[in-house]
Amino acid sequence: MTRVLELDHITKRFGRLIANDDISLHLNQGEILSLLGENGAGKTTLMNILFGHYIADTGDVRVNGQVLPPGQPRAAINAGVGMVHQHFTLAGNLTVLDNILIGSERLYKLRSDRAGAMRKIAKLAAQFGLPVNPLARIADLSVGERQRVEILKALYRQARILILDEPTAVLARPEAERLFDTLRGMTAGGLSIIFISHKLHEVMAASDRVVVLRGGKLVAERRTSETQPAELAELMVGHRVSRPRRENRIPGAPVVAAHGMGLKEGNETRLDTIDFVVREGEILGIVGVSGNGQATLGRILSGLIRPTSGTLTLDGNDLTHLTPRQMIKAGLARIPEDRQAEGAIGALALWENAVLERLQEPSFSRFGFVRRKAAIDFAKGLIARFDIRGGTVDTRTSQLSGGNMQKLILGRNLAQEPRFILANQPTRGLDEGAIAAVHTELLAARGKGAAILLITEDLDEALGLSDRIQAIVKGRLSAPVLAELANPQTLGLMMAGVWDMPDAH
Amino acid sequence: MRIERRQDVPWVIAALAPILAILASLCICSGLIIMAKVNPLTAYTEMFYGALGSRLAITETLTRAIPLIFTGLAAAVAFRARLWNIGAEGQFYVGALVTAWIGHGLVGELPAPFGVIVLLLGGMLAGALLLTGPALLRLHFGVDEVVTTLLLNFITILFVGMMVEGPLKDPMGFGWPQSVPVARNVMLPDLIARSRLHIGLLLAIFAAGLVWVVQSRTVFGAESRAIGLNPRAAMFAGIPLPQTLFLVALLSGGLAGLAGAVEVIGVTGYVTTTMSPGFGYTGIVVAMLAALHPAGVVAAAVFVAAIFVGADAMSRATGVPSFIADVIMSVSLLTMLTALLFANYRIKR
Repeated sequence: MTRVLELDHITKRFGRLIANDDISLHLNQGEILSLLGENGAGKTTLMNILFGHYIADTGDVRVNGQVLPPGQPRAAINAGVGMVHQHFTLAGNLTVLDNILIGSERLYKLRSDRAGAMRKIAKLAAQFGLPVNPLARIADLSVGERQRVEILKALYRQARILILDEPTAVLARPEAERLFDTLRGMTAGGLSIIFISHKLHEVMAASDRVVVLRGGKLVAERRTSETQPAELAELMVGHRVSRPRRENRIPGAPVVAAHGMGLKEGNETRLDTIDFVVREGEILGIVGVSGNGQATLGRILSGLIRPTSGTLTLDGNDLTHLTPRQMIKAGLARIPEDRQAEGAIGALALWENAVLERLQEPSFSRFGFVRRKAAIDFAKGLIARFDIRGGTVDTRTSQLSGGNMQKLILGRNLAQEPRFILANQPTRGLDEGAIAAVHTELLAARGKGAAILLITEDLDEALGLSDRIQAIVKGRLSAPVLAELANPQTLGLMMAGVWDMPDAH
Repeated sequence: MRIERRQDVPWVIAALAPILAILASLCICSGLIIMAKVNPLTAYTEMFYGALGSRLAITETLTRAIPLIFTGLAAAVAFRARLWNIGAEGQFYVGALVTAWIGHGLVGELPAPFGVIVLLLGGMLAGALLLTGPALLRLHFGVDEVVTTLLLNFITILFVGMMVEGPLKDPMGFGWPQSVPVARNVMLPDLIARSRLHIGLLLAIFAAGLVWVVQSRTVFGAESRAIGLNPRAAMFAGIPLPQTLFLVALLSGGLAGLAGAVEVIGVTGYVTTTMSPGFGYTGIVVAMLAALHPAGVVAAAVFVAAIFVGADAMSRATGVPSFIADVIMSVSLLTMLTALLFANYRIKR
């Protein structure tokens, strides 16, 4: 077997942090290699070095035996390396053809050879099973189709080695499985693929070989056929981690209920007559592929926008007219989807973020002046109770890791013993240890009788925490299924919009 | 090579940055002085003595700094919350006009301290009201306040011109376009005898202290800062963005209006359309030089005032045009922004 790509003793430091510590690996012709690791394990840094975005402190990158000049993405492209980023780099208002052509032609050519490009794209699409209309506008395409465009873009530039960074993060399971089939076809056609992921079942399903990174080091290498998900999980985390699971519990009275709730923005229907009930001591999971209305649902339940039709009630009383402040006062806790953009203000100190939502309340201010001592004491309490590490009350919040920032946000909400908790993607981007901590806290709140609405893309999370699960697809909600009766396959189908199944009630 | 944000800015760097920035701007501007065939060292020495070398020089510099402290605070307060008030010049003029108007008629009869307070409040209110228009347009229709506040400056100055040529024209002014004077008894007393320096300086420093307390100790200060740093997160946390920004606008416009009021009852006694050599715009530079900190505003205002007062003296002594002051101020703004970049970020290889 020929080695098409070799990384040779790569080390990269950022200040005191060693992002990549003496990593050597290779990619064989025609294979799919998974790069498995948690957030911060060094996967993305390694790929950025390979692609020339970063320069390694030591070590070489060789493609087909030739050393790549460091720090030159163009050299990597010319050597046949293509990268498909997790966040697409496409211009939404241009066509597929334009997006593929951009940057591939010489600047001083007077006209671009669009007909030739069309032919070439059609040929590649047929060869690799990536159907897409070259004249469609990117903005009109689904995420799955956009990803195909990204792959075609790399192939159009004669990529023989394809790097896919978390390619399934935006895909529903059936779409992801279609992607894996496509990748198989591509390796049969002579391409070699590196597949970056932190999802075990995908790694098992898609790859020939797995390399596990942890804390910047390469800790293991396995043939996929000779390993088990449990072994990979342990290698990835470094120790056995088990997420807590909910215990059965009889839910109480309904707390928050939506009936025929919908939201239209202009001509766009963001939410379409949805119904749900969350009861005391119950977790209702809402699963779905990102971009199907979860953000809108989250914004309504956070008090940022109002539904345009239907009702949303708390204990039977209208909830939609409450401002965020009144919601907090009424015992509604809100964990935002994006903790960096909405949950906390990075430039403020930890204690300021701890009381940001409740600065107006008498416990934290008097005559318009902030009661700094009370606020700082409150923040100290949160740090102790929720095990927030990596800073004191005066630390800038941006210095906290994602997991600790999330514990801060969770803590400031849970400290009030809320009646209802909106947990919108509460563990997105967190490592296993932090996920387990967040899950434990949410289950503890459930144990105390809080009604929790959990919006998530992570099926294992939904199954492990929820009592009942509903799927959200294009702004519509399925009927609830009991978590005991659901499994990843049925949920996968529900997330793809197929929910008229016999066991769906 | 990459630029990355420092997690914590060491205080040494934070303190050195403005000093180095000012030195760098003086070095850059010495090129222009050499082109004027004057030794830069001679020129800067003349400038220093002209600004700070005598009792008269110092009092003139401080007198000049007073309106700059107020307009600098106006800009700093607004910019902190990312409300881009470029209209301090116009707010200065309405503050001045309203002060002259009520100071001539209504409060001439009142006891002096009470009359002064009424005039100051009147000027503040006028400046605040002028900014409410752009603020409401921004909050309700998303109209860019940079454009509206900037354009409003020209409209306001033309309006002031109309008033001092018309209804408020001083009949004893020998035909000069100046407004009626305020009553003698509401003029601010001198801080130092036989100089133009008035107690407005204490007022300005007091205002800076007050702004600091509001920004760092009150709920309103914390919330307006949060809005400036991350409006989405602030809204999520329940901070009412429109109301808070509106209050910020009132405070900012009020401070700029106060600058006009204090200038009228402290220095000129009446309004002309040339009474401000760009105090409003220079206030923006002062705020930026101060990195939006109230204490820094006082220091930066004195520095900028010293440059202008010193440049006049230097110009008389050496023949270098006094426009060099504008160049120094502008260049120091650029070097200050560069210095802040280096203070907040570091270069990684």
